[in-house]
Amino acid sequence: MNTNNSANTVELPLYQLAHGRAGDKGNTSNISVIAWDSACFALLVEQLTEARVAQWFAYRHPTKVTRYVLPKLEAMNFVLEGVLDGGVNDALNLDTHGKGLSFWMLDLPITVPTALAATLEVKEYN
Amino acid sequence: MHTEIRDPMASRFPLGEPKGLKPLYVGCATGFSGDRTDGAGPVVDALIALGGGVLNFETLAERTLALAQLEKRKNPALGYEPLLDDLVGPVLKRCLDHNIQIVSNFGAANPQACAQRIFALARAQGLRTPRIAVVHGDDLTKPEQLTFLLKRLGSDIDPKRVVSANAYLGAGEIAQALKDGADIVVTGRVSDPSLTLGPAIAHFGWSMQDWHLMGCGTMAGHMLECGTQVTGGYYSVPGQKSVPGMDCIGFPIAEIRADGTFSVFKAANTGGRVDDRTGREQILYEVHDPARYLTPDVVADITQATITREGQDRILVQGITGHQRPDELKVNVCYDNGYFAEAEISYAGFQAKERAALAGETIRKRIGHLLPLRVDLIGALSIFGDDAGELMAQGYAGASRDVRLRVAGVHLQKEIAEKILREVTALYCCGPAGGGGVRTSLRPRLDTLSCTIPREAVPSGFSFVQEQRA
Repeated sequence: MNTNNSANTVELPLYQLAHGRAGDKGNTSNISVIAWDSACFALLVEQLTEARVAQWFAYRHPTKVTRYVLPKLEAMNFVLEGVLDGGVNDALNLDTHGKGLSFWMLDLPITVPTALAATLEVKEYN
Repeated sequence: MHTEIRDPMASRFPLGEPKGLKPLYVGCATGFSGDRTDGAGPVVDALIALGGGVLNFETLAERTLALAQLEKRKNPALGYEPLLDDLVGPVLKRCLDHNIQIVSNFGAANPQACAQRIFALARAQGLRTPRIAVVHGDDLTKPEQLTFLLKRLGSDIDPKRVVSANAYLGAGEIAQALKDGADIVVTGRVSDPSLTLGPAIAHFGWSMQDWHLMGCGTMAGHMLECGTQVTGGYYSVPGQKSVPGMDCIGFPIAEIRADGTFSVFKAANTGGRVDDRTGREQILYEVHDPARYLTPDVVADITQATITREGQDRILVQGITGHQRPDELKVNVCYDNGYFAEAEISYAGFQAKERAALAGETIRKRIGHLLPLRVDLIGALSIFGDDAGELMAQGYAGASRDVRLRVAGVHLQKEIAEKILREVTALYCCGPAGGGGVRTSLRPRLDTLSCTIPREAVPSGFSFVQEQRA
């Protein structure tokens, strides 16, 4: 598969390749990214790097972004420190827990080979 | 760990003797204080059909205990889970009749009063008097304890502002209370997974130094502790991740085996969904380093965990292990920290977003110098934005013809915080045009500090409680 040749690739939002959930502890958010299948997981390991996620959340000024890869679950766990404006007690956000941040993550664009992209339209996963 | 009063009634599980290799079934009927209260019925029915087990209610989020302390200050007979009657009342008889032990942190700030309330519920229903054990030692609000904690935290806040200070206890007291024959174990702050691990230790006779098994039992508890979050609750995205029966999602039950592997399923005739996808979302929930999930009991390790479908709405979880428990216990100190104010007003139709934004700017000009303000345009941008408004300034807010302005802020002085309420209310006449539906709220703000302290500084234990008749 060639992911560099733009003629053979297309950009898709992460939610077409993965699902996830956000959790909070203090001022730290963790966001799981769970691939829909093995092909998606391989692409995500390659593209969804700490640097890429840090840049995507730059407006929240993370002090540190750590990625943990869990191949047996075909999942990654991102730990974003300092992104919750102080966390559940301190933040002025309606969503002090940052529960919605998983859906900010899921909008991140991923470059996908056209052949794979054709299989990733939003559909019911069972 | 020490026990003060041993129940004279002989124990069902003689000390140190494993009950055998039959699996242990643990159901969890709430994921937090405020969860649905009708979850326990189907879980208890399932446990009865399986020959008994343990029923957990997890009801203590970080702030819940501080709020319970405030209740206890107002009324010394309160300070436990406010919905206790709704949770326990409907299932108490069946639990006592069918060898189902209830283990819960619904004691919150007042486990003793909670136990007395359960005695009263049993008496009102004409049931036998339950054997209730209460775990103590998590509360660290004695003056000398507070002095020690604040020094440890390096904090100079006035101890009078502290509302609650609690250590996260582990599974040891719960396990021993069950071995000694408790029908019900009431705790305050314990680590959530300990509510499940404790019964597993008691049931299988696991050594608390067997880090592998402590890791397994802890993660079984972790899968259960958020209630329906593992059974399809909090999973649903219509058109992509649909979940049947969202109005009646079944709460989870774990079948834990002596080797530490476990399955998760839900009661029959309930809504929801249990599969490898709902399982993976929950196993990583609030986990940081998957090799080091810290609890008082163990450092759990899920790096090699697998989750596979075993059947309809049933998963098998394997590959978990654990490492030696942390030396110290985590403590949360909650303290009064001023007032939180928020106020909202709506704009709809032509130029709605622009009118809402103008209202926000107007309020910033009038009181922005008194306290930091957060301004949201609900319907255009409110959740993804940061408090500093950086995303808003980047023009991320989309066009919208139905926008609710929200202004929020905190201040130590009530009268300053209150200005947010007054300024938003005044928009009714001062405009912009067409603003309506003002709602305001002002509440005391609680803040949390966390540290760890040596286990020796936390004198934990449990005791069997006698019913006190009025």
